[in-house]
Amino acid sequence: MADKLLEIKDLTTSFRIKDDYHAAVDNLSLTVNKNEVLAIVGESGCGKSALAFSIMGLHTRAKIEGDILFKDKNIAKMSSSELNKVRGKDIGMIFQDPLTSLNPLMQIEEQIGETLLLHNKDMSKTARQERVLDLLKKVGIPRAEYVMNQFPHELSGGMRQRVIIAMAIANKPELLIADEPTTALDVTIQSQILDLINKLKDEMDSGIVLITHDLGVVAEMADRVAVMYAGQIVEVADVKTLFAKPLHPYTRSLLNSVPNSDKEQDKLHVIQGIVPSLQNLPREGCRFSARIPWVDESAHEKHPELREVDPGHLVRCTCYKHFSFPDETKEEQHVLS
Amino acid sequence: MSYLEVKDLKVHFPIKGGIFGGTVDHIKAVDGVSISLEKGKTYGLVGESGSGKSTTGRAIIGLNKITSGKVIFDGVDITNIKRTKSEATKNIQMIFQDPYSSLNPKKRVVDIVSEPLRNFENLSRKEERKRVQELLELVGLSPESILKYPHEFSGGQRQRIGIARAIALKPKLIIADEPVSALDVSVQAQVLNFMKEIQKELDLTYLFISHDLGVIKHMCDDIGIMYKGRYVEEGTADDIFSNPQHIYTKRLVAAIPDIDPNKRDEKRKFREEVKTEYDQSYNDYFDAEGLAYKLQPVSDTHLVALPEKG
Repeated sequence: MADKLLEIKDLTTSFRIKDDYHAAVDNLSLTVNKNEVLAIVGESGCGKSALAFSIMGLHTRAKIEGDILFKDKNIAKMSSSELNKVRGKDIGMIFQDPLTSLNPLMQIEEQIGETLLLHNKDMSKTARQERVLDLLKKVGIPRAEYVMNQFPHELSGGMRQRVIIAMAIANKPELLIADEPTTALDVTIQSQILDLINKLKDEMDSGIVLITHDLGVVAEMADRVAVMYAGQIVEVADVKTLFAKPLHPYTRSLLNSVPNSDKEQDKLHVIQGIVPSLQNLPREGCRFSARIPWVDESAHEKHPELREVDPGHLVRCTCYKHFSFPDETKEEQHVLS
Repeated sequence: MSYLEVKDLKVHFPIKGGIFGGTVDHIKAVDGVSISLEKGKTYGLVGESGSGKSTTGRAIIGLNKITSGKVIFDGVDITNIKRTKSEATKNIQMIFQDPYSSLNPKKRVVDIVSEPLRNFENLSRKEERKRVQELLELVGLSPESILKYPHEFSGGQRQRIGIARAIALKPKLIIADEPVSALDVSVQAQVLNFMKEIQKELDLTYLFISHDLGVIKHMCDDIGIMYKGRYVEEGTADDIFSNPQHIYTKRLVAAIPDIDPNKRDEKRKFREEVKTEYDQSYNDYFDAEGLAYKLQPVSDTHLVALPEKG
């Protein structure tokens, strides 16, 4: 039995639109173990980031129900002052956009030093400086002594993202949440950052939640993968199983729509329609059914649940048993109609 | 004779400074790029951000001033032409990166798509509306959507509106600057499929600018790799992906994440090796300023930037 680090139980995060609450994360349960990378995959609008923000307690206006147990403490029920002792210390977060998540008026040393200061009040100034320097070197920033006194706008995108990572790991967190950490970066820098995150995981034995829509990154990094659609988890499996034997129609469609370098294909698979907006989310039945209209309605469950089909491999709804891709000619008709 | 011929293109931006605000130096955004593109083919321009690939595309269409060099399109010199009512402007169109910011939020779809028509063709309102409806049908949007505003569409649909605008004047060459970078994989597939379809239908030639090598491999016949304003390697898709010669290309190809998790360790090891090779042989492949050398042919289709003697 692996060490449980984070356990999310029946989490629902809802936002108020006009007079109603709409759930962006709907009754979601998930665990993250120590020394494990759990990837959360889905299109934009699936609720991936809403989930990450819920774990960190960063939503200001959302209604959050359910439990988030971090080392058996329920962080969902904590007050913000209690939470401040955990955030940035035991749980670190890497944000998506490196430009907007740094304070443009603060030098790098001060920004990273701030997180250190907040959680280690008795750390001396010189010790803090040394630690910042140490961190910058650890994330692979060249000429760290010089960069320390620079402002964010003087650094390139890759360098800024490294600063963000340095901030996130400053207090050696046991859980690291990375929300699209490499989406804004070039491939060569992306591979460096991913290697870096991997190295840090092994060094600190921490658990990592990696949120991304890039399946290449998932294949490269993850131990386990959770596929998310419209606020729900539709499939969970370890990474090898998921890529070798994906079950849920959504997972299979996603995998099929990526240009694959090994396969010669003229046409990519297109998932029909779009992710429904929060207000238009179907609350009953299989939420993916609208995007696979050729699958008969009887194939879907009325109240689809996540069921274990193999040890560690969970799938929602029974429609995967009846799902196959329509052939090209049929698909064309769908597009035209 | 190739369809689009770019000869030794240079785009330098002045750096102003000093007491009198004079030009003190130049940024060489594009420094001697030559492209030749066959009709009906797709040419991929690859590079990291800041490598000058977008500037190259913008200079060809006339959005950036060309410092020196020549752009010849279909036998006509179009270097630094004015983008007003000329044939070349009609025949070369552009698809922009971000479908969210490249459409005017205050305009209806009919106004957005018909703007090029209004500039170049004298159509009555009725004819104009009919043309717009035809175009929208071609890009797979319902004809009723002509009176909607951009915010009422999803990302993929917006990018198609951008495409409809680009093909309104029946252009022959389309410069697509990162057309799918801002989109989700599923939407990306939609747009790429569609671009391939209309290429066949309208006999289009593409200059496809992207940093995503997976997309480039899927779309392009020929590929040029740029680094700091210069070419480091040029060849067919096969040359670049199966037989990369320049150390920079090797590193770029090695950095593409593999979709097969079983190859993960193998891939990581390979990447380490390439990185070591890159560090060791950096001086053999780049000159004292860290720039690439001139291209030397290694086969009929394959050119690599190597020092003269090597």
